[in-house]
Amino acid sequence: MASHALTHTGHGEINYLDYKGKYSGILGWIFSTDHKRIGLLYLSGVTLFFVVGIFLGLMLRLEQLTMGETVVSARTYNTLFTLHGVIMIFLIVIPAIPAVLGNFFLPIQVGAKDVAFPRLNLFSWWLYMTGAVLALVSLFTKGGFPDTGWTFYAPYNIRTTTNVPLAVFAVFILGFSSILTGLNFITTVHRLRAPGMTWFRLPLFVWALYATSWIQILATPVVGITMLLIFFERLTGVGIFDPAKGGDPILYQHLFWIYSHPAVYIMILPGMGVVTEIIPTFARRTIFGYKAIAASSLGIALAGSLVWGHHMFVSGQSYTASVVFSLLTFLVAIPTAIKVFNWVATLYKGSIHLEPPLLYALSFIFLFMIGGFTGVMLGVLSVDVHLHDTYFVVGHFHYVMFGGTMMAFIAGMHYWFPKMFGRMYNKRVATLAWALIFIGFNMLYFTMLILGFEGMPRRYYDHLPQYHSGHVVATVGSWILVLGLLIMIINLVRALKSGPKAEANPWQGTTLEWQVPSPPPHENFEEIPVVDRGPYDH
Amino acid sequence: MISNFVGRVDNTFLFVITISVVFFLGLTAAMIYFVVHYHHRKHPKGENIHGSLPLELLWTVIPTILVLIIFYYGMVGYREMQSIPKDAFPVKVYGAMWKWTFEYENGLITDTLYVPAGKPVVLHLESRDVIHSFYIPAFRIKQDAVPGVPTKMWFTANEPGSYQVLCAEYCGDRHSYMLSEVRAMPQQEFDTWYASASKELPAPAPVAQAKKPAGEEKKAGEETGEGDPERGKRIVQGKGACTACHSLDGSRLVGPSFKGLFGRKETVLVDGKEQEVVVDEAYVIESIKNPSAKVVKGYQPLMPPQQLTDQEIRDVIAYLKTLK
Ligand code: HEC
Ligand SMILES: [Cu+2]
Ligand SMILES: [Cu+2]
Repeated sequence: MASHALTHTGHGEINYLDYKGKYSGILGWIFSTDHKRIGLLYLSGVTLFFVVGIFLGLMLRLEQLTMGETVVSARTYNTLFTLHGVIMIFLIVIPAIPAVLGNFFLPIQVGAKDVAFPRLNLFSWWLYMTGAVLALVSLFTKGGFPDTGWTFYAPYNIRTTTNVPLAVFAVFILGFSSILTGLNFITTVHRLRAPGMTWFRLPLFVWALYATSWIQILATPVVGITMLLIFFERLTGVGIFDPAKGGDPILYQHLFWIYSHPAVYIMILPGMGVVTEIIPTFARRTIFGYKAIAASSLGIALAGSLVWGHHMFVSGQSYTASVVFSLLTFLVAIPTAIKVFNWVATLYKGSIHLEPPLLYALSFIFLFMIGGFTGVMLGVLSVDVHLHDTYFVVGHFHYVMFGGTMMAFIAGMHYWFPKMFGRMYNKRVATLAWALIFIGFNMLYFTMLILGFEGMPRRYYDHLPQYHSGHVVATVGSWILVLGLLIMIINLVRALKSGPKAEANPWQGTTLEWQVPSPPPHENFEEIPVVDRGPYDH
Repeated sequence: MISNFVGRVDNTFLFVITISVVFFLGLTAAMIYFVVHYHHRKHPKGENIHGSLPLELLWTVIPTILVLIIFYYGMVGYREMQSIPKDAFPVKVYGAMWKWTFEYENGLITDTLYVPAGKPVVLHLESRDVIHSFYIPAFRIKQDAVPGVPTKMWFTANEPGSYQVLCAEYCGDRHSYMLSEVRAMPQQEFDTWYASASKELPAPAPVAQAKKPAGEEKKAGEETGEGDPERGKRIVQGKGACTACHSLDGSRLVGPSFKGLFGRKETVLVDGKEQEVVVDEAYVIESIKNPSAKVVKGYQPLMPPQQLTDQEIRDVIAYLKTLK
């Protein structure tokens, strides 16, 4: 990244890529407290792990291409899907948007020079890398990486001979990274808004990150403690979750989902925020229903924290508890629907420029709707009894997390790329990649929805003959999807070096980041701007 | 309908799908229409419409009503699944890595779940080790078997036939092979089967009855007074579910076969170091209580510690000795 030849920004200030601080070279990055550099540090981590996660997913699909053993043994397969889940969730989907795009743009969008606690921000990245390295190390230790699934359910997590303690400790560390980022964002939004930047002039991406940060702070400690409890149970033999020693396996599920359901909103809310930025820019008009969208972010964060028991309808949980959890689950659907309506309404009477970021944002809406509707189906008590723990669930959450969050992340990368690096990518290649991703994605995950309704359970190493043709279609879909993803990534990486220089505001965006040069100067603003209008006034 | 739940579950599902498809297609069509109709070439200047309260209310209220209706249907269906009829025919289901075992009221043990068609059946689920989930896709039902927490499920199989049973909660290496079958038979056929299968039953554990079993492994004169091989057999094949991993005929499963176990010389690993042992009572007791202490060479340390009473272990040993 140091090869960026763009020197002075014309404002007399050096851009953040060329800025020379206390350290130079690699040290100038890994010890930088500049929120933009930290954003890029996360970006390199996320991209690297994403490629690994994709490869693991590809292996899983390849194993399902034929019945019986295809490429790996059962134990390896179980480890692979656990690793795939842990990497994708804890190292990618949770941090991708807040830690990369949020770190980079939240301070600029509120008109600040940095986040409130820049050194804490750097420390979060170090925690993130430490967690990642620990997970990696557990691969090569006695027993190897866990084969429990990313949910680490008890008492299997006690029984298995794999190295569960190290992996859950890694998750514990990653949790802290997430908590500290949330803390930083909340403080930044409260304390560092530019003069005139009232709450209702904040870009909706900031609102989404703000709501997310509260969940990160409030829910993540629960999973941290839960992981520590497993750690102690494994090492000392105290019976916490293991019924053989007087522990309670259902307690584990409660504790796990008290975090991990809200975590779904930690993952999706920032994605919704990105899409809310992109649509008005490319429709060249203001957002429809600003307050409704901001309020629905908070509504989702609040209601979403009370629905964890919908993962336990067949666990033996009491009838009353299940009914309450199901009802609350449906309440989350309402603010979510409000957002979708407002996005679509924002296209009305716009002047639409169908550039790659908008293509990705619109396909986000399309795929996320499927994710949302299948979520409603899973919330229906009687239907969930049939669908629970089948491929329907796998399809559903890939529509939400991949079709939702990751598609929004890719949309955001295409939207902000010229701002971040001062260069433009090849738009034709970006569109081609989009088409491949869209087709492959639906072939892979829609097929999973059908397989799930037919009764194919998840985490099955082998499948029965009646599910075979579905598995073949899904595997072929995975190849198309991965091809599209690789083209997309390569296109962006190439543009880093050889893309044509980008203007300060190539898309005619209206939020503050488009008013500073591309790439932004080291301290973002020469002078802190005074804000006198809403974020999307064209 | 194959089971009493299929109709209601499928109808509710169809109802939700219909609503979803209407909204999904409507919104997608609107999206495409706007993108085409308001493309910048046709519509060079965007209009700043900030919102509309009536519209916001409309698209808050309508989804709220719809999801409440959907919720209600789901609840009614679920309540039915939770209300077990008093006269239901009970069967115990033991889940263990990686086998389902069924035990009937009179002590009969099977690998396949036989039920009378047209009559409610209640399953009492127990797990010997980790969580499993008893899933019959054709019946649209599923229930976790949680160690230490007894759970229940019920159904009425309306049409005679065979239906797959799957394990739906991940439980380790052979999770995807933890399969079984429900066989629903007309009442009369079921009664005949039940009576004839029960004939071979041994005496129930505590009360010594005179009925002699007809199992071919039986060898007279082996009872030591300590353990009863008949009870041991029921533990090994039934609630202990040892046969999920140990065969009785010499074939290799997850663990070594029980055939000819006693007196066998084998190599075991103690903390990774090889050692020779001859299988005797002490060794078997250790193998059951603390399986990972000595791991048979060539096998993975996959055996969970078994929760058997000392009496049960004596019974198992007595039975194992009969497997020459
Ligand atoms: C989940 C699979 C599994 C179940 C269930 C299981 N075992 Fe095992 N067992 C194994 C494996 C694998 C081994 C070999 C590795 C070892 O020694 O730990 C083994 C070893 C043994 C041995 C030593 C055998 C030898 O050749 O030295 C005995 C005895 C034994 N098991 C008894 C039992 C009894 C009795 C039960 C039921 C109450 C049972 N096992 C249930 C997997 C299982
Ligand atoms: Cu959830
Ligand atoms: Cu299983």
